[in-house]
This record gives sequence, C-alpha cells and structure tokens, in this order.
Amino acid sequence: MMASSYKDEDGHISVSGSGAPAGAVGDSLRSKKPENTAFKQQRLPAWQPILTAGTVLPAFFIIGLIFIPIGIGLYVTSNNIKEFEIDYTGVDVSSPCFDCSQKLSWNSTRPCTCSITFQLDQPYESNVFMYYGLSNFYQNHRRYVKSRDDSQLNGNEESLRKPSKECEPYGKHSNKPIAPCGAIANSMFNDTLELFYNEPNGTRVQIPLTATGIAWWTDKHVKFRNPGGENGNLTAAFQGTAKPVNWRRPVYELDADPDNNGFINEDFIVWMRTAALPTFRKLYRIIQRRNNLLPTLPRGNYTLEVVYNYPVRSFEGRKRMILSTISWMGGKNPFLGIAYITVGSVCFLLGVVLLIIHHKYGNRTNGADISH
Amino acid sequence: MDRFHWLRHRCRQQLTGDSERGCYASPDGLPSKTSPQRVCGRRRTVLARHGPHRHEYEDVSKKYKGNAIRTTKYSLLTFIPMNLFQQFHRAANLYFLFLALLNWVPVVEAFEKEITMIPLLVVLLVIAVKDAIEDYRRYLFDKKVNNNMVRVFCGKQNAYIDRCWKDVRVGDFVRLSCNEIIPADLLLLYSSDPRGVCYIETANLDGETNLKLRQVVSDLSLQGADFTPESFHSRIECENPNNDLSRFKGYIEHSGEVRVGLHSGNLLLRSCTIRNTETVVGIVVYAGHETKAMMNNSGPRYKRSQLEKRLNTDVVWCVVLLLVMCLTAAVGHGLWLKSFKDSVFQVIGETSPALAGFYVFWTMIIVLQVLIPISLYVSIEIVKLGQIYFIHNDLDFYNEQLDSRIQCRALNITEDLGQIQYLFSDKTGTLTENKMVFRRCSIFGVDYPHADNARRLEVYEAEQNEATGRTVTLKSACSRKSLSCRSLSCNRSSVSLHTLTGESLEEEEQLSNHAATRTGAFCSRMAKDVVPDPELVRKLNCLCSSALSVRGSSAESLSSLELTYITDFFLALAICNSVVVSSPTQPRHMVPEARAPLRSLEEIKLMFQRLNFYSFSPPQIKGSPRSFTSKLFPRGKTGSFTFNTPPRSGVDPALESDQEACKLKSKVDLPDRGDGGGSAASRSLEELENFREAKGDGDNQNLEGLGADAESKEDSDDELLYEAESPDEAALVHAARAYRCTLRGRSAESLLVDLPGIGSLVVQLLHILPFDSNRKRMSVVVRHPLTGQVVVYTKGADSVIMDLAETQEGSERAQEIYSRIREETQKHLDGYAREGLRTLCIAKKVLEEEEYEVWLKRQLLAESSIENQEELLLDSAQRLETNLTLLGCTGIVDRLQEEVPETIEALQDAGIKVWVLTGDKQETAINVANACKLLRSSDRLLTANCGSKDAFAALLGELLMEVQREEEREDGASSYVLVIDGRTLEWALQEELKGGFLELSRKCKAVICCRSTPLQKSKVVQLIRDKLGVMTLAVGDGANDVSMIQVADVGIGISGQEGMQAVMSSDFAISRFKHLKKLLLVHGHWCYHRLANMILYFFYKNVMYVNLLFWYQFFCGFSGSVMINSWVLILFNLVFTSVPPLVYGILDRDTPADTLMKLPELYEAARTTKVYIPSTFWITILDAFYQSLVCFFVPYFALAGSDAGTLSFGSPVNTSALFVILLHQVIESNTLTWIHVLVLVLSAALYFGFVQLYSAFCVVCSHPTNLFGVETLLITQPLFYIICALTTVTALLPRILFRALFNTLHPSSALRSAQREEAAAERYRRRMQRWNLKHSGPSGLQVCADNAGLEPSEDEVVS
Repeated sequence: MMASSYKDEDGHISVSGSGAPAGAVGDSLRSKKPENTAFKQQRLPAWQPILTAGTVLPAFFIIGLIFIPIGIGLYVTSNNIKEFEIDYTGVDVSSPCFDCSQKLSWNSTRPCTCSITFQLDQPYESNVFMYYGLSNFYQNHRRYVKSRDDSQLNGNEESLRKPSKECEPYGKHSNKPIAPCGAIANSMFNDTLELFYNEPNGTRVQIPLTATGIAWWTDKHVKFRNPGGENGNLTAAFQGTAKPVNWRRPVYELDADPDNNGFINEDFIVWMRTAALPTFRKLYRIIQRRNNLLPTLPRGNYTLEVVYNYPVRSFEGRKRMILSTISWMGGKNPFLGIAYITVGSVCFLLGVVLLIIHHKYGNRTNGADISH
Repeated sequence: MDRFHWLRHRCRQQLTGDSERGCYASPDGLPSKTSPQRVCGRRRTVLARHGPHRHEYEDVSKKYKGNAIRTTKYSLLTFIPMNLFQQFHRAANLYFLFLALLNWVPVVEAFEKEITMIPLLVVLLVIAVKDAIEDYRRYLFDKKVNNNMVRVFCGKQNAYIDRCWKDVRVGDFVRLSCNEIIPADLLLLYSSDPRGVCYIETANLDGETNLKLRQVVSDLSLQGADFTPESFHSRIECENPNNDLSRFKGYIEHSGEVRVGLHSGNLLLRSCTIRNTETVVGIVVYAGHETKAMMNNSGPRYKRSQLEKRLNTDVVWCVVLLLVMCLTAAVGHGLWLKSFKDSVFQVIGETSPALAGFYVFWTMIIVLQVLIPISLYVSIEIVKLGQIYFIHNDLDFYNEQLDSRIQCRALNITEDLGQIQYLFSDKTGTLTENKMVFRRCSIFGVDYPHADNARRLEVYEAEQNEATGRTVTLKSACSRKSLSCRSLSCNRSSVSLHTLTGESLEEEEQLSNHAATRTGAFCSRMAKDVVPDPELVRKLNCLCSSALSVRGSSAESLSSLELTYITDFFLALAICNSVVVSSPTQPRHMVPEARAPLRSLEEIKLMFQRLNFYSFSPPQIKGSPRSFTSKLFPRGKTGSFTFNTPPRSGVDPALESDQEACKLKSKVDLPDRGDGGGSAASRSLEELENFREAKGDGDNQNLEGLGADAESKEDSDDELLYEAESPDEAALVHAARAYRCTLRGRSAESLLVDLPGIGSLVVQLLHILPFDSNRKRMSVVVRHPLTGQVVVYTKGADSVIMDLAETQEGSERAQEIYSRIREETQKHLDGYAREGLRTLCIAKKVLEEEEYEVWLKRQLLAESSIENQEELLLDSAQRLETNLTLLGCTGIVDRLQEEVPETIEALQDAGIKVWVLTGDKQETAINVANACKLLRSSDRLLTANCGSKDAFAALLGELLMEVQREEEREDGASSYVLVIDGRTLEWALQEELKGGFLELSRKCKAVICCRSTPLQKSKVVQLIRDKLGVMTLAVGDGANDVSMIQVADVGIGISGQEGMQAVMSSDFAISRFKHLKKLLLVHGHWCYHRLANMILYFFYKNVMYVNLLFWYQFFCGFSGSVMINSWVLILFNLVFTSVPPLVYGILDRDTPADTLMKLPELYEAARTTKVYIPSTFWITILDAFYQSLVCFFVPYFALAGSDAGTLSFGSPVNTSALFVILLHQVIESNTLTWIHVLVLVLSAALYFGFVQLYSAFCVVCSHPTNLFGVETLLITQPLFYIICALTTVTALLPRILFRALFNTLHPSSALRSAQREEAAAERYRRRMQRWNLKHSGPSGLQVCADNAGLEPSEDEVVS
C-alpha cells in the first residue's frame, strides 16, 4: 500500500507540474530544471533479466535436481501411509447395510444398525485416524455454504434467539429459533461408527475411539462457543430453541461430556467446516496408540458397527469409513510425489535440451548483464 | 420600441416552428461548449450603467452576465452528485454499479453486500480525488482572475475607482492604461491617442504578438479631449454574444437618433493587452462568459489513443468470455440441479432448475466480475501520469535559455508517441529558430557579404551553447527592472492567459519568463546587433569624399549614384514597414521632435535631386563640401553605431569572447571619428554622452540583450524598441539601424528617421499599402524628405519584385547600368537562396506629382467604397507598384535550430515520414529542407506547381508513372521528395485527386508543401490520418499551425517566438525541435511498450485469476461458490496485485535509452511488430488459461478426497496464483530495479499479512467464507508449501521456456549489437571509474557514476 500511495503522489506531481521540489534547489533562484537524479532520469540501476537458453538452463537443472528428490521423498512417504477404506453405503443387495439404506429416511425414528466385517492386511502403527467419507455430497454448494450463522455458533445470545436470515429456511421451526440454524447443521452426519477387533479366538474387542481432538483448536476454543458461558447449564442456555429438523436430539444432548456438548461438540464442529470438494472425508475418531510395543491396529479381522442414520440414496451419495495413519504431509496421496518427480524430470530434460540449444545458438548472446 | 420589435419578431419565429429555436438558446452555455453558436437575429442593447438611462438599464441588462468567470466544474455542494454523475458516464463504472446493485438482489447475491461496492468505491474515490484537485486549481485561477483590479467609472463618486474584474458589469465604463489587460469585451469610446486609435496585443487570445489597431467609434473620436462618461447618452445595439473573434456588428445610437455603425475594429477583446496607448476608455458590451475570449475557450482536450481503442475491443472479448463462462455455469447448474432431487445439501425452497440456472448466471457475473478489468482503466490513467511524470522530468527536454521543461498537456496519449508514422512539421520557428537576423545584402548590384556579421552569428551560437551560467545573471537583471511598465505587463499578461485557459501555475511562470526574454516583439539581441559590412560603411563614408570631388569624373558620379542607391536602400529598410517604435521615455505613438535644425540640409537635398534615378546627369552639389561632410556625420553620432548596450553591468562573462568584434568595431570607428573631429561646436551635450557610451559599446556587443536592455533604459534614450508584425521586418529595421539609418518614431502621418550624416528627418507618410499574401509585398508612399518627391518604397518577395522592376525607361546608359544591377542582384539572390537565406527585394519608384494625384484619387475611391473594397484596394496597389527601380536585396538568416538535421535523419531512420508544411515560398522551403537533410543530393525532386486542376491531374499521372517506372527499374533505389505549392495542394485535396495524391505521396520519402494555408495544413493531416489510417504527429509553433496540431493524433507545440497559441492547443509542448527525437524514439517507444505490456499483463492477471474460480464451479455444482475468502478475492486485484503492474507500466525499459537513440530503426521495428495486437492478446489469454489450470488442479489433485475444507483448499490455490502472477511479471519485465523488488516483495508480504491477520482475528466476519483459523493453520503445514512450490514452478515453466527459446533463437540483431556496444561502453566506463577512483577524490567519481553517458552532463559542468 505504501508503494501505491507513493506512485499516486508521483502522478500528482506530474499533473501539478511542480516537478522539482523547491527544497532540491539550494539557491534562491527556483529553476525549473529537472533534478538530475537516477530515479527521475530513469537511470536507476537495473537488473535486466534477459532470459535466454544460457541463463535459464541452470535454473532448469536446479529445479530438476531439487524436485526429483522431493518427489521421491513424497512418494515414499505417501506409500508408507497405511490407509484402509470401506464403503458401507449399502447399495449392493449383498451389503449388510442394504436394508438400512433402503428403509431410511430423515423422518424415520427407529435406528437401523448394520455391521460390516473387514480385514486389515497390515498392522497400523502409531495413531490411527478414523474418517467418514461422503461422495457426491456437495457441501460446497453456494446456498448450502451460506446457510449458517457464525455468530450464533459463537455463542451470541441474540443470534441464538434470532438467527440470521442466511439460515432460512432452517432458521425457525414452529416459531422457535433453531439452534444451530441453517442447512449445514441440519444435514449433519449422524451415523455412529464403532470398531471391533475380532481376535483370532473369536472375541470381539471394542477399540476405544477418542472423540476429542478431532476439530481444529481454533474452532473448538474460539470460533464455536456455547451460549451462556463456560460452565453454564446447556439445557437452560438452549431453552426456547428448537433442534434442527433433521436432528434426533437437541444440540445440548450431543454428548455426555460437557466439554464436548452443544456447539462445541467436535463432531459438529468438524461437520461445520464445509468440505472443498464433493467427495470428501471428515475426521471421525482417533484411535490412540496405547503402548509402544503393540500396533494400534494389529493385523486381523474387524467389525464395523454402524448405526445407520444418514440417508444418501437421494443424491446417490456414498458413505465410507476410512482408517489411515498420517505423516508429516498429511494423508495418503501419491499424486504430489509423482507430480514432483515428473516436473523435476521434465525440467531436467528441458535443461539438457536448452544446453544443446545454448551450444548451438547461444554463443552470440551474452546473457543477462547488470547495466549501470 | 426596439424591444417591442424584437418581441414581435420573436413571437413570429416561435410560431413558425422549431427550425430556428436553436437560436434562442440563452447564451449561458458553459465555456466548455465550444460549438460555434449561430449568430441570431436577436440583439443586445447596452446602455451606460451610470448614465441617464439608469432605470432602463436595469431592465435591459438584467439578463446579461456579470464579468465573474467560473471555469470550475463543481462547487463544494455539487461536487459529490455532479462528480458521481460525470463518472457514471463511463461505461465501466456503470457496469460496476450494476454489479454492486446486482449483489443486493437476494437470489443472486454472491458476496456480502458491501464487498462488491469496494472496487467501485475505490475507483470512484481515486477519480474523484483527481477531479477535485484539478477543479480546485481551476477555482484558484478563477479567483485570481476575478480579483484582478481595474478602474471602473462609478456614478456616485463620479470618478473611476478600483474594482475587481468580477464586479464589472455590462454598461460599465472601464478605463485602462498602457499594458493593462482588458477585463471584458469593451467598445472603445476614447483613446488618449489624438487619432482615436489604440493598439492591442492579442497574444493571449491568438498567440500573435504583433500589435493590432483599434479605433474609437468613428464619430466619437472627433469629440476631442476628454471623454465624460456621465454625459454618455447613447444606446448601443449589437449582436448577441458569439465566439467569432473577427466579427462584431452593431450600431451606436446617439440621442439625436444618429446611428453610427460599429465593427470589430471598435471592440477591445477581453484578455488582450493595451499597448502603446496611455489611456483608453470603453464601455463593456460583453462580460464574463459572454466575452468572445471565453466563448472561444475550449476545455482540455481528450484524445483517445489507438491503444485504448484496441484495448476496448479486447475488453469486449473479455465480456464475451465472461458471458460464455456465466452461461456455462448457468446451464451446468440447471443440469446439476435436475440430477438431484431432494438431497440434503440442497436448501429447501429451491426453484426450478431453469430459474436457478438463470439466477446462477447473474451470480456468476458478480463472482467473475474481475474478468472485466475495471481497475485497468484507473491503472492506465495512473501509469500514464507516471509516464508523463518521467517525460516531464527528463533533463534532456530542459531548455536552459527559457528555463522551461516539456509541458505535457494531454495526459492520455503518451503511448501514441511510440506509434507515429507521419510527422508534419511547420518550418519557421519549428525547424528554424524564427529569429530573423539580417545576414547580408546586395545594393546596386554589389554584394556585401557581411563576413563579420556571419562570424558574429557563429560566435553568438557558440556562446549560446555554453551560456548556461549566464542565465542567472540575466534573470536577476530581468527581475531588477520590475518597476518598468513592461515587466508589469509580463506578469499581467500571464494572468489573463489563465482567464482563457485555466492553465497550470507552471505555464504561467513559463509564460512570464518567456515574455521576459522578449522585451520587445522580435527584439532578440541577435537580431539587433548587426555588424556592418566594412565595405558598405566605407562607401557610406565615402559619401563625403565623393561629394568633395563630385564635379569631376563620371566615375565619381557613378559612385554618387551608388551612394543614393545605398541611402535609399537603407531609408527603405527603415521606413517600409509597419514597425511601431517605442522607448521607455517617450510615448510610442508620438513622433519625437526633430533635433536641432540642420544646416545646409538644402545641399544634401539638392544632391538627391540631382541624383534622380531617371536622369543620370552628374550631380552638382553646391555649397561648402566641408559643411556637407560635417552634416553627413554630426559628431556625436559618428563614432557610434548606436548599440544599445552600455557597459554598465559589471558582471559580463562574455567580455573576452568578443575580441573579434571589438577589433572590427575600432576599425570601423577610426575613420569616422577622424571625419567628425572638426566641428565640435555643433555638438550637443546629449550627443557627447552618446559618444562616450558608444566607445564602450563594442566591448559589450555580444551581451545578451535582455538584461542589458533593462539597464540601459535609464541612461540611454537611444534605447528604442521595435514592435514589428513579423520578425523579418524587425530584422531589417535593426539592420538599417546598424548603418545609423534609424527609425525613431512613427505617427499616422509621418515617420522620424535618423539618417547617417544628416540627422533626424521627418518623412511625410502618405500611404501604407500593407503586406498581403497575394501581392507578396508591401509598400509605403512617402514624400521624400530630401527631394520632396513622392516616392514609393516597396519591399517584397524576390519573384514579384523582380518582375515588377523589369521595365525601365531612361537613357541607354541608365538602361545598361540598370540591367547590370538586375543581373547582379539576381545572381546574389540565387546565391542567398542557396545559402538558405530568406530573401527580400527592395525597390523604389519616384512618382510625378500628377501621377500621384491620379493614383490618389483612385486610392481614395477604393478606400471609401463599401463593396468589393478589397479588390479595389488590391487593384490600386498593383497600379502603383509598377515600374519599380530595384535597389537591392537582403538576405535574412533564419537559422536552423540545433540538431535539426540529426533529428530529422533519426526520425526518418525510425520509419517516420516527415512532411514539411510551410507558408514560406518554395525556394526557401527547399533550401531549408536541404539544410535539414530532409532532402539529400541523391533524392529526386518532384515539383508540382500547377495552375489548374486539369494540369495537376495530368501531372499527377505523369509523376506517378515516373515513380513507378523508377521503382520497377531500380527497386526504388533513389528516393523522391515531392514539393507541392499551396495552390496545387488545393487541387490535390479535392475528392477526385485525393487518391492520386496519396498514392504519390506515399511513394515519396518526404513531402514539402509550401505556401500552404493553416486550413490546408490541417486538411493534409486529416487526409493522411483518415485515408491511410496512420498515426500522425504535427509539430508547429505558430497560430497558423493550431488547426494542424489539433487535427493530428499527437499535436506538439513548440514554445518559440510566436506566442503560446500553438502550445495551448498542443498535447505536448517542447522548446526545441530536437527534443522530438528523444520524445519519440525513447519516451514514445518506452511508453508504448510499457503500456502495452501492462495492459496485456492486466488481462493475463484477470483471466488467470478468474479462471480459478471458474474451474471450481465444476466441483460445486456450478452454484457460484468460491473457495477463496471474498475480501481476499476483491482485494487481490485491487491491492495485492495492483501496484506491480503500475510499476511495470511506469518503470520498465525494454531497451536502454542510449540504444534507442543510437538505433532509430528500433522504433520502426517496435511499431511494425507491435506488442499489443490480437495475437499477443490471445497468446496471453491462453497462457493465463494454462496457468490457472495448473494453479487449480495441482492443489485439487493434492487435496482430492482429503478432509480439506473449502478455504483450506482455496488458500494454496490463491497463494500460488499470487506467486505465479508476481513472478510472471518478473519474467516479463525487462528491467528490475529496487523499486520493482520492493513492490513485489511488499505485495506478497501484504497478502500474507492480510490473510494471516484476518484468519487470526476475524472470528465471525465475512460470512460464508470465514477465514478464521485457516491460514494460521496452513502455514504450519508443509503440504501447503509443497503444493505452492509445485504449482508455481509448473505454471511458469512454459512461459520461461518460451521466453528463453525466443530470445535465443530470434534475437533481434540490432538489439544484440546494441547490447554489445553497451557492454563495451560499460567496461570502458568501469575502467574510467576505477581510474578516477585512483587518481582523484571521490567527488570526481560522482560525476561519472551518476551519468549514463561518458561525458558529465551540462549542469555538472556549470555547477
């Protein structure tokens, strides 16, 4: 901004024509002679980057040399990430969740459960992240994205009673304000997933899932606040509000833990951070590593118990459960590694081509030079 | 009664219909409305405000405007509404207003409501601030003008009292003194001049510096001594205000029902200056905005540059692109919606897919608005201001003499300077200095080469080149004379200039400086100090010796004849003109009284009678030769050549340089003094004084006239100022004065002339037949002071005079002598012309009394006739100007300005066709063309002087054939130069012959149009501009170039000798022709490159950025969602990436200045391979598409299927787009300075700072795209950087590769060689620098280090 105002000033000088500032001329006589400064006479020392084969080929080689190792590193890292994905939508008749998916609608009150068994071929070390994934779910639809009230979610009492217009038509229900209002909240993912390890001896051991720490710290602690302060009674705070139409329970009954209830329920927070693309995953639970000797998830058979509440058939969506370890670069994604290697190689090849061109044609160029 | 008539008349007209309603538009149009108003039948009645008609006055004058002027567009109250209104005339602004309003429609709303207002508000604000500043300056000027004081008659006090201009009303009597500026259009009622005339200078109005005569209303002039306003009963009827300067009609009706006609000669026009008249009184007839001056005042010009026109077509393409994208989104959204029914993410109450698609269309228009570059227009304006700033500050355009820089008056056509194909130049004052200096002459067939004079001119030139330090002393001298009448006028005239134009302060200063350098019209020092030819001086001195032995041989008598020729020649030079003489001590129009009566004047008279040209009888001079001699050279005068610069000023750095001139002087002086030594008795004290002064004169003769003039005023009454209509006249009068043939005064009936050796003589002036371009000559009819005969002196173009002087009667011997003179003179004339001198012939004719009587009758008849008066006068003049006796001819040099040939050569090398359009005659034009290398020896001259259209048509065909034949034969090895004269040009401009003329002129290297009128000049420019569709530039200095300057795409005025008119109508005003070279080759080239590149970059930037949003639509159901925070989105263009293109547009240099100056071909190369053409536009757009694809899809694939939120996905996209956009500029930039680096770094830093702060502190703001926590989290994640790096490199790869390959495989050879040269120079410079470092102190180094070139620049030498 500084630079911009500085330019403007220049412009005005030129309009008013008072070219040489009076201070510049020491003597009493005010000459209109322009100042002989490098700036005004356009003689500023300048680097003239004339891009020729000769000058850019080192850059190409350097890029190639940097990108290829990075690419390899990324690729290896990505390959080391273990990821398991299972679709439990129940589209196929053979699928255990087929019945649930067929019967389900938002209005049904009776929960439908189904369980799916699967096998992990590799043991999962360290913390394992459990995601639910939705496909063909346009959480980025403009009207959907808009349909929320951040100030209500931030614990603003006024907005709680009088949700913003953006929430319409999910703002009020039978003349009571909906909390949390809006289409996003209304469509919150409400399947319950539980994971059991089928020990070879046949016993099912429930794997403890941590429901906290899945949301961003800033969201949990700053952006989302319950009305009525830290330790207030949630039920009282939400008195006089209605639950979102699609919800089974009101917002203050999302979780037993008071630190994970109401607006600061982490499942809710995670859902409210709308996904960028129609196929997305959201963090559901974390499987903490309990001790260093055993893998978090050993090899073997597992059962996924699903309380199937969330209908996706209407938009031909899919629901998935994903188990993944993560690395410093996030989840599994071979693309970046491959892309880096490709670009690096291309650069390197181009570098070679340029070298040839440079040897053939480049002898008459003298490259970039610093003038003045 | 009259009013009643008028009312009836008006009623009738109202009834007859609308056809003439336009006439009745009340004349309250703002001055900006310049369309010539039709002069209607309606009249205005003017009564004296304080006269007997006081009551009636109120009725009549109610509707007349006061004299206050207001050129501002806004007032404090109306600024906001008016400015908004003005701004919304722009389509771009309307478009954005539309967008902002669209965003308020709930169904299409894309962003928060306020956000779409921001770009519009910023743009409006920037422009409003600019407008406000401009308007405020205008307001200040108005205020200054309105508060000027003038003496106005006040009825109550019955006296003239001081009043502000703004309080002057129609009907007021205004009294003005010499050098005051006329505040309103006045009807001249009284002048202190006994003849009832007054002079005005109209320089402020039309740029002409000559004086114009105005007359008191004809019967009033006879009323005698004092004019009494209170007794003014008359009623003035005149036409309504109109803008025709030369037209004024009306009558004045006295109480006795006597009507006296009024004409434009009675009207004093606002903003002119009273000259040479002590007091005038006039009644205001038009005031304020109704004055002719104000009605002629057109506002600042707005020219649209070529580039801007191209730009607009591309903007249209952008609109098309936008519509396509929006339509795609609309259709896509409709289809998308159709495929879903009742899905959970669809908000209930959604409309039918078709309607939703329709809504999305509009939403997308808001979302993708950036594609239409609103900020581009503002940026272009800012960039042009920046470019102007640099042009304005260029040291090379600084003129030391005038202390003036280049003036950039049009701010929006800088880049057109880089696209010029045709240059039309005026000759006089543009190519040449327009400082006419007497160079040499030929009398009686004898050539006087004036070698010393030539040397003087050279010395002067040399001095001028190094006279930089001196300007200081001169200026201080100038300021010291501030008490004198003249400098007062300087200051005042500049004020009045602003009443006309509302120009900048700087121009005012410039003008006052400019005026200060010209103490008298065309009184340059150089013109004044003519060094006499020793031979001619000897001959003049020989007058005595020949007189001594006059009775003797015939040879001696011949010499006497020659002597009379010489005397007559100089007499003619001195009196055959319309020069107004003035000196500070004497009122100008008065004829100074003749000095003490001269003894034995009779004798000389006798001699002249004897030496009558018709009877070549040996002269017999009677009386004492001794006394004759003494009379010829009265003592006081002998030693002096009346140089007007006494050695008073102690500071004179030029002293040494004048040794040459000194020697000459003393040489000349010596014999004179010897001659005059005898009779001391007749010496008056005053003459003694003169003598003493004269001795010192020689030393000082090269001192700049300006400062010295001011000083010499106090102590020398010899100081005469000549105000001439043309510089040639002044030059001749000064030349005559150098030979002591001095014009001392002028009145209507007589002239006072000092003749060498004779003293002051009163010459009875009978008639002046003024110069006109048909006759090409002027004459005076006088009664010869010595012979008493009626003599006609004629001065004119050689071609005319030589014809008129053809026939000669008289004795055989006389015939013989005369034909010899003719021959010789013709030879000399040819020689002069070859030298490039402007030639004039001087002739005389002695009239017999009867002859004169006869002619006089006709003349009086002609003068008094109303119908075809002009023709009759012409006829009468032609009748008189026959059978002339050729006295001799003069050669006046109008030197070429410095570096003109080089400039023209460079411009031609740059592929610019140079045409010279001049009013001068053919020979002179060709000479000058020759001198300035427009015409080279190898060129073939095609001349077209045709008497008739048919002849021209035939000639045209012939010339075309010839040129074509030549082309076929030699492939156009020799180039052609077409010379065409005014009359032929007239045919050429006619519809039928236009084509042929164009065809021919296109094949010629250059075209010289001589004898062309201002209208023709503009027509030619227009023809070329429109028919060939090329970029034209016109350059000129005088009022006659104005129309041409206005017609051309780029008009350049040269602030030279002929006032400011050309400057006022120009786009750029320079002081020397040579500045054109750098202006076009360097600045034009740069400006075009910079602007074109910047515009391309702007398009690239917008397309690239907007496409990111577009690609996202494919993944959000074409719903118009964005993945970037809306503030970031809006500010991205407005703030984060707005300054780098500006810097790029202002500072980029694709080629160094030296190279551009050295290789003019680069100009043509740059013009023919334009930067900004459709193909480059589309390549840029394609590249933008590619980059946006990369910028979008690399993050897409990296984050597909992950848990990334909308903004977490948008952030790497946006950040890498920022990097790509900024680095793209680095690749495209030809130079990078610390400013570039700073701006780039700042831009990136600003972006990061903004998003970080925003995401750290803004918890609930920016509704759908709340950034809270996103960016702060992202910058801790390596993935973010990995994505950005990959994206940036991949996006820029093709561009880098393309540039590198292009530069390697197709280097422009010229550029390469230049670079090598430069590199060599650079090495040399560095070596020198090192050497300097070793051998001198650090101060010596500064000089070198600071300069691009190797030589230290001028100012450092001076300082």
